[in-house]
Amino acid sequence: MTQSAQTARLKDRGLIDRSQSLTFTFDGVPYNGYAGDTLASALLANGVRLVGRSFKYHRPRGILTSGSEEPNALVELRSGARREPNTKATITELYDGLEAKSQNRFPSLSLDLLAVNGLLSPFLSAGFYYKTFMWPASFWEKFYEPMIRRAAGLGRAAQEHDPDSYDKAFAFCDILVVGSGPAGLMAALTAARTGARVILVDENFAFGGRLLSDVRTVGGVKGADWVNSVVAELRSFPGVRLMPRTTVFGAYDTGTFGAVERVADHVPVPAAGVPRQRLWRIVAKHTIIAQGAMERPIVFGNNDRPGVMLASAVRTYINRFGVKPGETAVVFSNNDDGASTIEDLVGAGIRVAALVDTRTMLQPATKSFARKHGIRIFEGAVVADAIGSSRVTSARIVGADGTSQNIACDLIAVSGGFNPSVQVTTHLGGRAQWQQELAAFVPGALPKGMAVSGSAKGTFGLASCLKEGAQAGEAAAVASGFQAAASAVPAADDEPSDISAFWHVKTAKHKAFVDQQNDVTAADVALAEREGYRSVEHLKRYTTLGMATDQGKTSNVNGLAILAQLTGKTIAATGATSARPPYTPVSLGALAGEHRGKHFKATRLTPSHDWAKERGAAFIETGMWLRAQYYPKPGENDWLTTVCREVNTVRNAVGVCDVSTLGKIEIHGTDAGKFLDRVYINMMSTLGVGKARYGMMLREDGIAMDDGTAARFADDRYFITTTTANAIKVLQHLELCRQWYWPDLDVQLFPVSDQWAQYSVAGPRARDLLAKIVDAPFDISNAAFPYMAVAELTVMGGIKARLYRLSFSGEMAYEIAVPARQGDRLMRTLMAKGEEFGVAPYGTEALGVMRIEKGHVAGPELNGMTTAGDLGLGKMASTKKDFVGRVLSQRPGLADPTRPRVVGFRPVDRSARLRGGAHFIGKDDAAVAQNDQGYMTSVAYSPSLGHWIGLGLLSGAESRMGEILRAFDPVRNGDVLVEVVPATFVDVEGARLRV
Amino acid sequence: MRINCPHCGQRSNDEFSYLGDASIVRPDPAAPNANEAFYAFGYERANIAGPMQELWYHAAGCHAWLVVTRDTRNHEILDVKSAQEVALERQKAAGTAQ
Ligand SMILES: [Zn+2]
Repeated sequence: MTQSAQTARLKDRGLIDRSQSLTFTFDGVPYNGYAGDTLASALLANGVRLVGRSFKYHRPRGILTSGSEEPNALVELRSGARREPNTKATITELYDGLEAKSQNRFPSLSLDLLAVNGLLSPFLSAGFYYKTFMWPASFWEKFYEPMIRRAAGLGRAAQEHDPDSYDKAFAFCDILVVGSGPAGLMAALTAARTGARVILVDENFAFGGRLLSDVRTVGGVKGADWVNSVVAELRSFPGVRLMPRTTVFGAYDTGTFGAVERVADHVPVPAAGVPRQRLWRIVAKHTIIAQGAMERPIVFGNNDRPGVMLASAVRTYINRFGVKPGETAVVFSNNDDGASTIEDLVGAGIRVAALVDTRTMLQPATKSFARKHGIRIFEGAVVADAIGSSRVTSARIVGADGTSQNIACDLIAVSGGFNPSVQVTTHLGGRAQWQQELAAFVPGALPKGMAVSGSAKGTFGLASCLKEGAQAGEAAAVASGFQAAASAVPAADDEPSDISAFWHVKTAKHKAFVDQQNDVTAADVALAEREGYRSVEHLKRYTTLGMATDQGKTSNVNGLAILAQLTGKTIAATGATSARPPYTPVSLGALAGEHRGKHFKATRLTPSHDWAKERGAAFIETGMWLRAQYYPKPGENDWLTTVCREVNTVRNAVGVCDVSTLGKIEIHGTDAGKFLDRVYINMMSTLGVGKARYGMMLREDGIAMDDGTAARFADDRYFITTTTANAIKVLQHLELCRQWYWPDLDVQLFPVSDQWAQYSVAGPRARDLLAKIVDAPFDISNAAFPYMAVAELTVMGGIKARLYRLSFSGEMAYEIAVPARQGDRLMRTLMAKGEEFGVAPYGTEALGVMRIEKGHVAGPELNGMTTAGDLGLGKMASTKKDFVGRVLSQRPGLADPTRPRVVGFRPVDRSARLRGGAHFIGKDDAAVAQNDQGYMTSVAYSPSLGHWIGLGLLSGAESRMGEILRAFDPVRNGDVLVEVVPATFVDVEGARLRV
Repeated sequence: MRINCPHCGQRSNDEFSYLGDASIVRPDPAAPNANEAFYAFGYERANIAGPMQELWYHAAGCHAWLVVTRDTRNHEILDVKSAQEVALERQKAAGTAQ
């Protein structure tokens, strides 16, 4: 296919690089553009005006703006996994090979069968979401919902995983300048000259703002040349960071700003190692908002037709991109800036058929220019309707006398005045203020450290913007502690900026759009008002005005003004909706950054993880840890076989379990014992040196928080363990107790969870195995090192170790700890030396089975609702001292003897399976909530007993031994009879522990 | 939001975890009205609009508890102190009073 010529490209105009021709496709058709183009300017250069269909009515839409406020020219950019819907053609930088498709059309852009929606518009008007639901349900489901779903919408998201990477970064500076128009550049330059660290960001790929779009002179040179010289000077400062293609999307507390840098959106595929986008958190002592102002349209009939364009955008396409947006123009304005567009049009050789201005007093210079170039002037007049179906063919002008005439044109340049970009100034709760003489909202009270300058503040003249920017830059630098440097403000003129507020042409015959992206018309606003939605917040939600991806940048103020007219109130009294971040849409990829898939959170591996992997262990995630769940042997085809074998090994020989994930805290100081007495329910100060004790901590409200052991290695040196899950929480709690409750105690805490690799060695042959690795002269005999003894020693020939005679399995057992880097070696040594005793590793499943067989409580029982008493540990609580949680644990509700307590269960039919979560109901009672008596917290198949066993919380458990209950589990259709039994199933006397 | 930790300097608030009102003191468990006092301590918390003394923990930093004075209406941080120092001063003041 031959590529069409750029028929609308102007010669010798624009800041594009004509030496770099780029090829792109739109809806499959190839075109050419130049480096420096946006997709929108390149489409216009090729005469493409129709670029999309509207959200509800599928009306043909063109390019309204030249910036990030664009409501219409939204395209699907790229294809496949990189397809990005709702991309604004007006800010999409052209690159070679760019692919774009129009959106929301069926079957094609020029022939859209769903444009019939326009005929259904009575059903799609204001509040249709609410009203349509009022109709008979069958009507809605069968017809309206599918129809609306198909018809209304935007682009299609990619279906595959995003192949690109996204990055996150922090930046710090003295002064952040947002926006690089005349005010922003002067602010950045003035501040940089004082030596301040400055970050200058602009959402555009080129710095300069309106100086690139308007023909202006600054300091005696062309605006664009002045921009280049300032940018070059800024680059020479080492403390200045220039960030083009970066949008500050939100203001946050303490001078923090969120920004997205589009690092590689302007290339087809990011280079290796380069992220597509980078999410910045910029922390600034001072911030100068210089984001400029956005032109607003005037609401008239068919004002959404391709060919209706903001006047400022017309000038941008002519002056910056060297593109003719039309052949014959009508300018429709209510202000000097808009009216001045006739000069740019004439300069570009575009015929201007008429200047239509709502004002009756135009600037004499404008009038004489118009006369000189044969432009008809209509004062006190309006463009009531654009005529034409898929593009503008003429404008229906209604004069001051009410007479109407059509004037042929293919471009209507419209200007309703300017809205300062105040959004970021309101993110922290500030309210924009209406200023009648400017007919605009200007920033209200600003957050600390923020200043606004230039047209973002409502200062529209170029000379004033330059001056104000310089002042803001100097003030921020001085406030940051720098000496003001002499900095001259370059000479420029203040252009005339008279405006007479005008919003809506009431003589329009056709649909007049307020919000073009969400297809909200002036009639919708009127309907909402009639139906009682007179507050601006109600109007917004009822009509969806301003709720599209453009957040109403071109529509909010117009909608508000029309509502104000309807209600007879002033705009100031009508109020404004508040802007919230993000200023423009932020991709989820950028927000996620590197935190995708397995990188969502850290994965923590124990020191002997590699060994377990070699051994073929199945792993389970517990918090951030990966723990060995069980170690299948060849021929074991289901986990239960493996787990039963592991349990039997521990009960009959010896097993080794990695318990390195336990939380571990050293507690030192002369008051360490006293401190532990205050945080554990039981006494720890009386613990002998060389001994360990089980302990429980409560929350201040009397509920159990965590359990573990405390060991004492010296008078002033304890070591405690916490559960894996609560390691961080317990440390935080203990630090609160130490620093805030009892700051006078001599005690220090050291988290050492990661320092020690720790293994449980359990079973009748545990001592025989450990005897092979402990170094002489350590005596590991039962007499010298009995149950609950602890010691510091060396193993495997001089490796520092700690040995604890603790048992969670109920067997004779030890926990042995070595420095983390020795964990792998210790595990391998234990396996090698234990071969003769039949050693096997066991995982968290077997550990769980054995703790249930022994009736030890764990996570499912310590569920944040149980007290020590509920857990059967009430007698542990000392009555000789105070401890955290003591007072509130004695509240009548928590001390109530009928509270559910932990007790054991076994199935009446021993072959029946038990299920965790099953609820207990009287044997003959109905399975309804009123009969609920508690629930099963933990279950296991006990290889020692040959049937399922369970622990559960049951009301008044102690007095109900032998009672038969239903364990009802509606989720898995479980309904089995169970018998209430003591919670200890194996070795009830605990004899095996002490041998 | 950024908190100026007395030990670590100004750090992002995602390094900290929050506990609550620092202006109330853990009651004396031996007092005759300990039940009521602990109940109030645990549950009867004011919802302050304005400057509030709060406990923050520098979890991803020095592990210090801090007393942060923050205006809850605009998140402005007016003061940051080491909680341990505040607690010691409070004890000293109580001792002097007795
Ligand atoms: Zn710190």
